[in-house]
Amino acid sequence: MKYIQEKHPLAIRWFHWINFPVLALMIWSGLWIYWANDVYRLGWGRTTLLKFFPQSFYDAFHMDHKLAQGMSWHFVLMWVFALNGLLYVAYTLLSGEWRYLLPNRHSFREAWQVVLHDLRLRKEPLPPRKFNGAQQLAYTGVVLMGAGSLLTGLAIFRPTQFPWLTTALGGYEWARIEHFALTIGYVLFFLMHVTQVVRAGWNNFRAMVAGFEVVEAPTPPTPEKTSSPSATI
Amino acid sequence: MSTLENTPQPVEDEALQRRSRRSFLVAGISALAALGGWRWLATRPDEDGVPWPLRRVLEANQQLSEAYFSNAHLAPVFPRHRARMPRVNGKAGLRTPLDTATWRLRVEGIGPNGVPQTKEFTLADIQALPQVEMTTDLKCIEGWSTVVHWAGARFADFVARYPLAGPAGQQLPYVSLVTPDEQYYVGFDMASALHPQTLLCYEMNGAPLTPEHGAPLRLVSPVKYGIKNIKRIGTIRFTSQRPRDYWAVRGYDWYAGL
Repeated sequence: MKYIQEKHPLAIRWFHWINFPVLALMIWSGLWIYWANDVYRLGWGRTTLLKFFPQSFYDAFHMDHKLAQGMSWHFVLMWVFALNGLLYVAYTLLSGEWRYLLPNRHSFREAWQVVLHDLRLRKEPLPPRKFNGAQQLAYTGVVLMGAGSLLTGLAIFRPTQFPWLTTALGGYEWARIEHFALTIGYVLFFLMHVTQVVRAGWNNFRAMVAGFEVVEAPTPPTPEKTSSPSATI
Repeated sequence: MSTLENTPQPVEDEALQRRSRRSFLVAGISALAALGGWRWLATRPDEDGVPWPLRRVLEANQQLSEAYFSNAHLAPVFPRHRARMPRVNGKAGLRTPLDTATWRLRVEGIGPNGVPQTKEFTLADIQALPQVEMTTDLKCIEGWSTVVHWAGARFADFVARYPLAGPAGQQLPYVSLVTPDEQYYVGFDMASALHPQTLLCYEMNGAPLTPEHGAPLRLVSPVKYGIKNIKRIGTIRFTSQRPRDYWAVRGYDWYAGL
């Protein structure tokens, strides 16, 4: 017998799918801006492990000499990104969804178990909840990163009008580094997220579009045990 | 936390597929609409190098910034020993040879009596105004910044001493600053021009300005990006029309505020 289980509310699906292209364009226009002063690297002393970014990267995507266009797109889309994010947070608070999303004191231990499970080092099944500890940490973390991007962004955008903010973030140049590091963070999040979505399979992915999951069981499953058994981060 | 909504319900395959198909159809149409909206935006006719709808938003950002702007919002100042020489990042307006001995600052505006006036000033006239020194961060729109020690006269003091910005209560809203050869030009909103950290500057890091940094007189303002900190000022005009701006017509935000 098949059972239908509601998973993601319509509002959250909209917030998620609006955020995806908007954040992608924010990163894209951000790269156009960053190109004009591309001084960051991973390394120490004279050793550079990774330069942000190699010339071949700019060449491949025609990212050079687009500072003005990058700034104009960035300062338009920032409103969509901020508004969508604020509405998402407000919705999770008002609807009670935050209860599934916010990590608690068990989340870190559970997240570690999820990591071991996904690396096939641990055989016990994952907690049968809507979001496991790793997901709670990841999804709450990425919202905090969004808040961080807005604050570091404002500190770079109007450093003289918000000098207290710029100073609190370690000064103008540090705010720019933090803003950049958060962007790298989104890219890493995206890679992990897509990997986990692929691993979790169709049922889980469909829930982010259509809202529901399908559970096959001989008797009606209890709500707590019906979420996807695979972790999606 | 089990509510009626998330209680599993038995479902037939057909109902399942119908609901799934409907959702993906809505998703597909929304994605196409979003793509269409983005294409529409990106292909609008340029206004000064940027699609016009983006210009409108930049102007809305400017209005918000102007509403929040205050003379009490000051750029952080730094210990003087942190001052460095800033990079020379362009020569527009500086290519023509200049005889600093015969240089005069030309100011066009409207006197307190409402009559248009033009006056000329020597560097000594500017230096006779109260000298202000500040060590602030010069921020290039490219993304780098350098702490520099500046000395000069407040633009606000200059306007107070030589009232050419229009009669009291009817002050002109814009300031245009142009190099002597008219090859580089910037526009300022009056509030930013009168900010206490906006200087008519003649000294950098304890020495008179060098030619490549804008001798004999340049503008310095930490409420604007470096592109507005015009070097080698030739003419200042107080105007009612928004002045044209070298980088704004090349795709950048006219306001360029910090």
